[in-house]
Amino acid sequence: MKGKVYVAGAGAICAIGNSLPETLRAFQNKTSGIGHITSLDTVHKGVLPVGEVKLSNKDLALITKHKSVTRTALLGIHAAQEALNSSGLKDISRYRTGLISATTVGGMDLTENFFVDFSKDNSKGDLNDVVNHECGRSTELIADALNIRHYVSTINTACSSSVNSIIFGTKLIQHGMLDVVVAGGTDALTKFTLNGFNSLMILDKEPCRPFDATRNGLNLGEGAGFVVLVSQKVLEEQKLNASVIVSGFANTNDAFHQTASSPEGRGSFNAMKLALEVANLQPADIDYINLHGTGTVNNDQSEGTAVKRMFGDTLPKLSSTKSFTGHTLGACGGLEAAFSVMAIEKQCVFPNLRFTQAMPDIGIVPQTEFQSTKVNNVMSNSFGFGGNCSSIIFSKA
Amino acid sequence: MALFIKGMGNISAQKTWDVDALPKEVVLPSSDRFTAIEPDYSQYIDPKSIRRMSRIIKFGVSAATLALRGANVNVPDAIITGTAYGCLEDTGTFLSKMIENNEVALNPTPFIQSTHNTIGSQIALLLQCQGYNQTYAHGAFSFESVLLDALIQSEENPDRNILIGGVDEITDVSHAIQKRFEIFNQVANGEGSAFFVVNGQPTNAIASIDSVATFYKPDMTIIRDHLEESKNLQIDLVLVGSADSSQSPLLMNNVNQAFPSAAIGYFKHLCGEYPVASAFGVWLGATVLKTGKVPEGVVKTRINPPKKVLILNQYLGKHISAIMMSAC
Repeated sequence: MKGKVYVAGAGAICAIGNSLPETLRAFQNKTSGIGHITSLDTVHKGVLPVGEVKLSNKDLALITKHKSVTRTALLGIHAAQEALNSSGLKDISRYRTGLISATTVGGMDLTENFFVDFSKDNSKGDLNDVVNHECGRSTELIADALNIRHYVSTINTACSSSVNSIIFGTKLIQHGMLDVVVAGGTDALTKFTLNGFNSLMILDKEPCRPFDATRNGLNLGEGAGFVVLVSQKVLEEQKLNASVIVSGFANTNDAFHQTASSPEGRGSFNAMKLALEVANLQPADIDYINLHGTGTVNNDQSEGTAVKRMFGDTLPKLSSTKSFTGHTLGACGGLEAAFSVMAIEKQCVFPNLRFTQAMPDIGIVPQTEFQSTKVNNVMSNSFGFGGNCSSIIFSKA
Repeated sequence: MALFIKGMGNISAQKTWDVDALPKEVVLPSSDRFTAIEPDYSQYIDPKSIRRMSRIIKFGVSAATLALRGANVNVPDAIITGTAYGCLEDTGTFLSKMIENNEVALNPTPFIQSTHNTIGSQIALLLQCQGYNQTYAHGAFSFESVLLDALIQSEENPDRNILIGGVDEITDVSHAIQKRFEIFNQVANGEGSAFFVVNGQPTNAIASIDSVATFYKPDMTIIRDHLEESKNLQIDLVLVGSADSSQSPLLMNNVNQAFPSAAIGYFKHLCGEYPVASAFGVWLGATVLKTGKVPEGVVKTRINPPKKVLILNQYLGKHISAIMMSAC
């Protein structure tokens, strides 16, 4: 492995903003994006709060200048375009450029419409609603919009998906296989996931309270987050202004239960430990942790225990930005990577909303205010069903 | 940099488990749905677990177990799975129930088991494997992404035993929908699960996987350039991801030009068309390289034992991949 991998750009769209600068203002003003369902046609409207992106598919299609396709793809195009525009890269066609995206629902937002007619008569249902169902199709729609042909790939490891796409992108650059990678993930709100998580009884009917003793579940969100990764060579040739590198990462498996995390958080502990080793950093070097922090009883207890074991009594500043955005599933790792990069670029940390009381036995008190502070190294955690655990560290170049 | 295959497991439309090569008697599709022949799963999976597993999980776990046994590895260091559609049966079940019950009183089990990473994570759970665990879900590049990831990992540490595989299933729902797209006119809809244990050490290898390249919506000039670059590798056999020479004539022109002396074989009449059919292709390539024999149904003419095989897959024209393999 040779050379550093730089983050040349980042883009985000989620419940608290249609761009990364907009999300920064929401963090500064502590404006939550969690609210009632407005667009999704579901019986849970008015009951289950969610983090919806405020733009309709029509709005998104107009902005991205892309004909209306799946919402997952439209959100992805929006954030990936912002990431690429902010990178300062003029012409990606002269480099070996790849797009590595992640999604858990793919085109499910339209497939579930198709199924209404199809389930009555399997010759019915508009085929245009299922043609983009498969996860890779959302990536290809983004690639087409960005004019990326050289390499495309898609990851689905549930809620850790988009951290894994950034890790894979970083490795492909480190191994000299690609020069530029747009990496991240996208997921739209769907009835499928809303009902899925509801059937598991882990959705809070109130706005979520990550890491709080009284937490009672997560709120689903939607969005997309992408970063633009470049090699040292591209950075120099294009005279790019990148101040953040991907310094460490790890992917492990909890191997405990299909949906529940082990009480001691063995998978998440291993992911954090290995990521620190790859980065050649000590726990005390981490200035801020962007927690997975879903707000479920199980995740926060398990992650909190692992963080305590890893960092001891001198904890870095930490918060779950899911208290603003909701849990965006396959997009959360990409979104939170964009936030982590922003924390280093703007030298700040983000608040954890609605925290009042620490979890007993663990006693972790997250950051509750937006704060300007020295931030050199940020760790971002993403864990998913199936025991998939990933940690990534971004550092000041 | 190469991946050396140490063990293999393959569930497909042919009887491809517990064999060293493709059986002489091959099964040909009798309709446009080419269903996999399933083994007696109790030979590979704890009977107590079998009844809780969906069909695609059984596909994955049994092929993975066969590969691990063949390689004499108990717990691999990493598990990398490729699946375009993931766990379709459970996805369809949850969707149907959700509509039928108007979003109330739903059983969470099919939802839990619907995500693509269920296959890789069930294998990890059964083996108590806490290492690297990854699932690629990119259509006909799913298994190719797995190979690229594994190649990188074995370059970093050649001693790591990596369990890799490609798995996809046909369900009544998926078949009914895909049929309406009229994509099975030339090749039957297929399914299957092929897993391999690989590492970077050549000792006792069945065959090696030397490189993988993917081409999304390619111009034929890009394919031609890639094939021209591979010219001096002295490829003896090209296994094309089609049922016969009538499919993708443009691609075949380039193949014939780039490798005039190579034998050309086809494999999708044996496994059907599905996004991770290239994993079946790699299994077939490995058996050919190991035994030195090319099954009659694959190549028309008799050829010398091949040393270099190119698996050239294409999926509905938009996805083309090239996987280079060598005898060990």
